[in-house]
Amino acid sequence: MADTPQAVIDERVKDVSPWRKALIRPELGGIIGTVAVFTFFALLAHDSGMFNAQGILNWSTVSAQFMIIAVGACLLMIAGEFDLSVGSMIGFAGMMIAIFGVTLGWPMWIAILVTFAICMAFGALNGVIVVRTGLPSFIVTLATLFILRGFTIFIPQTLERKTIIGGIREAAEGDWLAALFGGTIGRPFFQWLGDAGVIGVFDRGNRAGEPVVNGVPMLIIWAFVLIVFGHILLTRTRFGNWIFAAGGDAQAARYAGVPVDRVKILMFVFTAFCATVFATCQVMEFGSAGADRGLLKEFEAIIAVVIGGALLTGGYGSVIGAALGALIFGVVQQGLFFANVESSLFRVFLGVILLLAVILNTYIRRIITGER
Amino acid sequence: MEPTVKPIVSMKDIEKHFGSVIALNGVSVDILPGECHCLLGDNGAGKSTFIKTMSGVHRPTSGEIFFEGRPMSFADPRDAIAAGIATVYQDLAMIPLMSVSRNFFMGNEPIRRIAGLPFFDHDLANRVTMEEMQSMGINLRGPDQAVGTLSGGERQTVAIARAVYFGAKVLILDEPTSALGVRQTSNVLATIDKVRKKGIAVVFITHNVRHAMAVGDRFTVLNRGQTLGTAERGEITPEELQDMMAGGQEMATLEGSLGGTV
Repeated sequence: MADTPQAVIDERVKDVSPWRKALIRPELGGIIGTVAVFTFFALLAHDSGMFNAQGILNWSTVSAQFMIIAVGACLLMIAGEFDLSVGSMIGFAGMMIAIFGVTLGWPMWIAILVTFAICMAFGALNGVIVVRTGLPSFIVTLATLFILRGFTIFIPQTLERKTIIGGIREAAEGDWLAALFGGTIGRPFFQWLGDAGVIGVFDRGNRAGEPVVNGVPMLIIWAFVLIVFGHILLTRTRFGNWIFAAGGDAQAARYAGVPVDRVKILMFVFTAFCATVFATCQVMEFGSAGADRGLLKEFEAIIAVVIGGALLTGGYGSVIGAALGALIFGVVQQGLFFANVESSLFRVFLGVILLLAVILNTYIRRIITGER
Repeated sequence: MEPTVKPIVSMKDIEKHFGSVIALNGVSVDILPGECHCLLGDNGAGKSTFIKTMSGVHRPTSGEIFFEGRPMSFADPRDAIAAGIATVYQDLAMIPLMSVSRNFFMGNEPIRRIAGLPFFDHDLANRVTMEEMQSMGINLRGPDQAVGTLSGGERQTVAIARAVYFGAKVLILDEPTSALGVRQTSNVLATIDKVRKKGIAVVFITHNVRHAMAVGDRFTVLNRGQTLGTAERGEITPEELQDMMAGGQEMATLEGSLGGTV
């Protein structure tokens, strides 16, 4: 037997049409969901202003917020871990910027950089504890959730005797780094669109003649940059292969020489980075930091990622899918408002979408990976 | 096998103690290039400990390892892999959720620089994966097919092809056939034969005498942490091997009562 090896052609492997091959991908659930949600609101809320310039700006800004934290949560989930401290991290980061920049009066760019350093250090700490102890990241980051939220309330109360610190916009005036998070870009282009009559302009008041939308918020730019970065990192680099491997089977990956621990810790740091970007954009927009900011954001991020086709247990997923999940989340949340639907029904809607998406995604994933 | 061939790995009087348990008690084995060396033994005989010593997972309590004639001391599995000793574990070989080509190059991803930035060279990875799979007799739908869609035997074959491609001189297979069906087993055995013909030494761990006899050039039996010697193909019958694995007399009576079916 051993002396006559033969090439065995398996007649049971069916040829798959290119069309089906192009369609069957991790993002398919997210793509279908996006089309379905837009169709739904196009029918239900087409005359409500949801699809004029202001309306689009409204739901794309909300979606971009979800996208920023979803990219981090997505890569971390594919690497096999969770971070439940994202919401607390957002509150904490915003508060740190306010404390450094307003209470202590540091230049805003220093306040922002120091905040990034502190938050990413907390992310690294999450990662090191998870990797060293082997505890589930669910538990470790749940602890971080409480610790960070506690500090976010304690620190401003001790220093300022209040839990909301304002004056950030004034303190950030003219700061080069703050402008990267708070401003808008493309104003001349929007002015031109307004002049050409493509988008509406204000016809009275002290802003008369200005377009109703005067630029793309930096928040949306950040979301776009993070999605492109995350997608390329995951699918086109060696490190991306390690992310899949670390989450797919950490032990098999270690045997193949993948530095699993380093990959996981770096993904915790990246998640913290995304949370801090979110927080910085938020405090620049609101001009204040509040101790209750970011509540439940960790779950919203995880929901967006799961709608986008990632596997909760790791090793499988897509950044594009997570971004579409965030888009669905944002469009539904704002769309129901435009459609004049009672806002409490948002949760019902969200639950139904989550369930449908997960069922569809499981089906697609089984086709791709041969799970049974 | 000519006796003049120099062994590529030579294990001399290997002892390994775990606390008060003596897992290996003076085992000596020579592995020759291009041979399929079957390591047989019942559960608990010390097979796993022995190959883990060879692949750098365990350090021997005493004894010496020579690799290509030079004394070697592997600090960890990466040292052994770098030297050319690759191990394919039964169920830890592949990641089912990932594509064949991503698995094939896991930890050794080819890099192509675009504007100075290092990117995963998928074109190269896909091409090499398809070629290597073809040469092992596995026809993939495409390099992006997930490993989870492959059978157990095919997964072992991918893992073996991967080790060979990345320059293994010694390939240790830890019970590659124990969970497989008849047809898949013969595929893996055929793969072992192909690898051996490339001049790579194969250490084939099994407790199935029939699988061992199908491809083995030499046979070493471990029993209770000791070797009962190495026999060449033709010098020993399957029945003798079976007896040695089980420790002789006891098995003979058991086999009698089962009508010689074991």
